[in-house]
Formats: sequence, structure tokens, C-alpha cells
Amino acid sequence: MDGKTKLELQKTACKIRMGIIHGVHAAKSGHPGGSLSVADILTYLYFKEMNIDPADPKNPNRDRFVLSKGHAAPALYATLAERGYFDKQELFSLRHIGSFLQGHPDMKNTPGVDMSTGSLGQGISAAVGMALSAKHFGDSYRVFAALGDGEIEEGQVWEAAMFAANKKLNNLIVFVDLNGLQIDGTIEEVNSARPVDKKFEAFGWNTAEIDGNDFEQIEKALAAAKASDKPFAIIANTIKGKGVSFMENSVGWHGKAPDDEQYAQAIAELETALAAL
Amino acid sequence: MADIKTVATRVGYGEALVELGKLRDDFIVMDADLAAATQTGKFKAAFPERFYDCGIAEQNMLGIAAGIAATGKKVIVSSFAMFAAGRAFEQIRNSVCYPKLPVIIGATHAGISVGEDGATHQCLEDIALMRSLPNMTIINPADAVEAKKAVFAAIEHNGPAYMRFGRYAVPVIFGDDYDFKIGKANVLREGGDVAIIATGLMVDEALKAYDILKGEGISARVINMATIKPLDTEAVIAAARDTGAIVTAEEHSVIGGLGSAVCETLSEACPVPVLKLGVYDRFGYSGPAGKLLDEFGLRAANIAEKAKAAIALKK
Repeated sequence: MDGKTKLELQKTACKIRMGIIHGVHAAKSGHPGGSLSVADILTYLYFKEMNIDPADPKNPNRDRFVLSKGHAAPALYATLAERGYFDKQELFSLRHIGSFLQGHPDMKNTPGVDMSTGSLGQGISAAVGMALSAKHFGDSYRVFAALGDGEIEEGQVWEAAMFAANKKLNNLIVFVDLNGLQIDGTIEEVNSARPVDKKFEAFGWNTAEIDGNDFEQIEKALAAAKASDKPFAIIANTIKGKGVSFMENSVGWHGKAPDDEQYAQAIAELETALAAL
Repeated sequence: MADIKTVATRVGYGEALVELGKLRDDFIVMDADLAAATQTGKFKAAFPERFYDCGIAEQNMLGIAAGIAATGKKVIVSSFAMFAAGRAFEQIRNSVCYPKLPVIIGATHAGISVGEDGATHQCLEDIALMRSLPNMTIINPADAVEAKKAVFAAIEHNGPAYMRFGRYAVPVIFGDDYDFKIGKANVLREGGDVAIIATGLMVDEALKAYDILKGEGISARVINMATIKPLDTEAVIAAARDTGAIVTAEEHSVIGGLGSAVCETLSEACPVPVLKLGVYDRFGYSGPAGKLLDEFGLRAANIAEKAKAAIALKK
């Protein structure tokens, strides 16, 4: 990856993080921690990787993305807005009555959302279904999904993993956003799914383990995924709350909104970071 | 007495899949390791490359179906009613019904007439569960002919559909010229003293009840309510207005099924006595299907008794 590309992605990710904070603050609720951790992955997918056209969000040949960890909706919305699917001002309507930016993704009403998700463990199955559909009907699009590390405690995830490998769905690439924290504590304290890579490998997948907040590593992992003859899981070690100092690695910021003072501080930090790029 | 042809509705379902498969190749059929029993095995044998077995993972199967439908393709998934509507309930709610994806669920082995497998497999709650979901259409065919026609209608339907089929061979009621429409009840017998609204295998029992009642000088209207949601409220209200007494008959719990749907309609639009025949808040048990239908009171004689009781309640 050349320096210019990396810089542009970093700037974009910074703006997306601001969009997350704007949205969650305006909503007075939502999930900033897991949105900030997955923001770089979404940035890379929507600005570098996926074959998509914001002007034609329902194009049947587009690449698909399923946010299986649907509570990171603020990150998806901020990414879609930054990419031009809808006006960035809409982010301030997050979770409000009448907004198409629902608390969890709604494919029927939000431009660019490929699957309604939010109930954990279900999005991965839908992504598998999309990948199967592409293979069956001879379509060339690829399917991407993002799972949470708490989410993979759901049994359905492993039903989907088993099936995807059995049907050799190598058009499916899944990120596991391994930020190490879930609502009730660290994933080790609650019910750890570690080692995540070994589990996916045991289910018949190829894997790569990376720093999921590093664009060069994301790019490298996706290159390996594209050459895979099996479905591919990218175990992305990330920092929950990444980019906002007081939210980083803090369980408490899984599912609450910043107050006005915290909001101002978070935006100031991100603006400083953006200016430094 | 002439021999009565009996065929399970699941057989009509399996045959319909094969016939559909010959006509079009734009849909996928899936099962969860029950293809022989659900009858999707017939489709699998005819079109192996268009059939996918999910293994014993119904929740994943419904999610996969949602994903396929989200790509604009048609998909039909099968399992027993217990595991489709029961185990995968939340997947049907959140992945299928909320985004209104056109997934067809072919749920077989519904009701007490599963027989020997017993309570764990005798699903008596699926209509209640599916009826509570926005965007869901529920079809419960009375015989194999209706089952077949309902499959052809469902594949053209632009939304989720739950189709309920039985394991037990039941009399064939309809001829091949029968015209099935989603959401449309059929009046099979005319009568003015009471109306029997039946669904599934209880439709044949209702026709027999008509004869019993006729012998006692009572004139009953018999309505086949194959589509339970959206309910043909026009037919229900007309039956209440014309007869003033209603009996519902279903091989399902009396909580949340056809009887409840009819009561919900009539309590608001045309309150008349409604007596519900079904399974009364209990689990089933093992035994031959026919014997179980006797023991659970799901027979023509039971319908006739309810009809007389409903008439007695008229003001």
C-alpha cells in the first residue's frame, strides 16, 4: 500500500469515527465501542475493496456486506454516509422516530444496507446464503461480513461456519472484530471463544490473524482471502473504542452515549488526529 | 362404500416441488436432514444440483434462506413444523419477516397426527407463533390437491410464507380443477344454522360433521380456511351474520390458532358465539395418528357436538 492511499484511508476512517460519535451522541444511546473498533475494516471495505456504487445501491451484481454485529450500526451508517449513499446530516437522526437509521440495520429503508441484522449470530447465516446464491446462480459478486467476538458465542455462527466450509463458499470473507470486550466484561471473563482462528480452521476455513486497525494488514489479509479455496475468516485484533482516548479498551463504552462534555472531547480528539494526518 | 383416496398433504407438497422444478429453475430447495420425511427428497432426486441440505441446523437454514432471498432469488426450506416454527422462530422473525423476504417455509409433520413420535414432535403451536409475526402468510392445506396448488401460489407470493403440511394420509377433497387463492376461504357446504370454519385435516371432518348434522335436521355451512393469515375476514363475518353461530376446527392448540383468529375478527366486527375445537392447552403423546385424533376429540362427531352447543348459545 502506498503512503498516499494509506493516508487517505486514515483520514476517511477518522471522519467515519466522527460520524459514529455524532450519531450516538444525537441518539443519546447506541454502541460506540464496537463501532469504533470495526471502523477501519469498514473503511477499507467500502473505500478500497468492494465493488459497489452508491448511486445504484440495489445493483444485483454488487458485492454484499453483512454487519452481523448489528449493534455497530453507527459505524456502518457513518461509512455509508461518507461513501455517499446518503447525506451525512442524516447521522444526527440516528435512532430518532421516523429516521431510516434504526438502532440496528434495516435493509428495507436504508440505502446501502444489504441485510437487516441485530439479533446476534443471524447475519453470518444470511451472508452464507448470499454467497451460496452467488455460487448457485453463477454470479461473480463476493460477500463480506463482520462478526463480533462476543457474537461468536452464539451457536448459529458455528452452524453457518460448518455449512459454508462444506459448500466451499470461497466467495465469503468474514471479519471477526476481536476487540476482547463484551457487555458483561472481557470475553475471557464471560465465555471466551478463543482461540478464534483455530475454531474456524477446525470448521474448514482458512484464516489470517491481523491488527484490524491497520490498513496494510487488512489489505494483506484480503489478498490471501481472495486466493483462498475455502471461506476465509480474518481474525482482526482491534481496540474497542479506538480513536477516542477515554473509550478505548473500556467495557463501559460498549453501549452508552457520551454526554455533551464527552462528546465535545471526543470530537476534538478526532479533529486533532485528522489535522495531524 | 367407494374407496376414499387418502394422501398426506406433505406428499402433495413434494410432488409440487418436482413439478415446479420442471417449469422453472430460479429457486433453491433446502432441508435440514429430513428430506425423505418432508418429501423434499423427491425434488432432491429430480434436481440434485438445486437442492442443499443444511444438516440438523434449522436456525442456520432459515438465515441462509433469508440471505438467498435478499439476493432476489426464490428459496423453499423444509423441516418439521416443530423445528421450523419453533426452533427457528427468532430467525424467521428477525431475518425473514422483518425484512419481508420471500422465503417459503414448508413445515411438515404438524399437529398431533405425527403420531408415534410423541409430544416433542407434535407441534401444536406453530400457527400461533407464525400468526404473531408481521408480514407472514400462513397456509394450512386440507388435502394433497390443495397442498400442491398452494405451493404454486406461494412461489409467486412476494413475502414470507409458512406452509403447514401433515404426515398422516387424509382424504382427497378437491378435484384438479380446484382454484386455490391465498387469502380466500371456500364455502364447501351451504347452511344457515351454524358455520363450521375448519382448516387442515379438520376440513374433511367438518364435511362429515355436515352430514351428521343434516341427519339431525341442522343445516351447517362448512368453510375451508386454508389461509389462516391473512384471514378471509369477509367470509368469517358473512358466516357470523348469516348463521349466528360459529365452530372452528383445527389440529392445533386452541390458543392462538384459527379459532383465536376467528374470535379476534368477530369480537370486533360481529360478535356471535364461537366454540373452538382443537387441542386444549396440553401436550400430545405417542400413538397411531387415527387413534390420537379420536382421543383428542378431533373428529366429525366432536364438531357436530360443538355445532349444537354453539346453536344453543344463540340469543
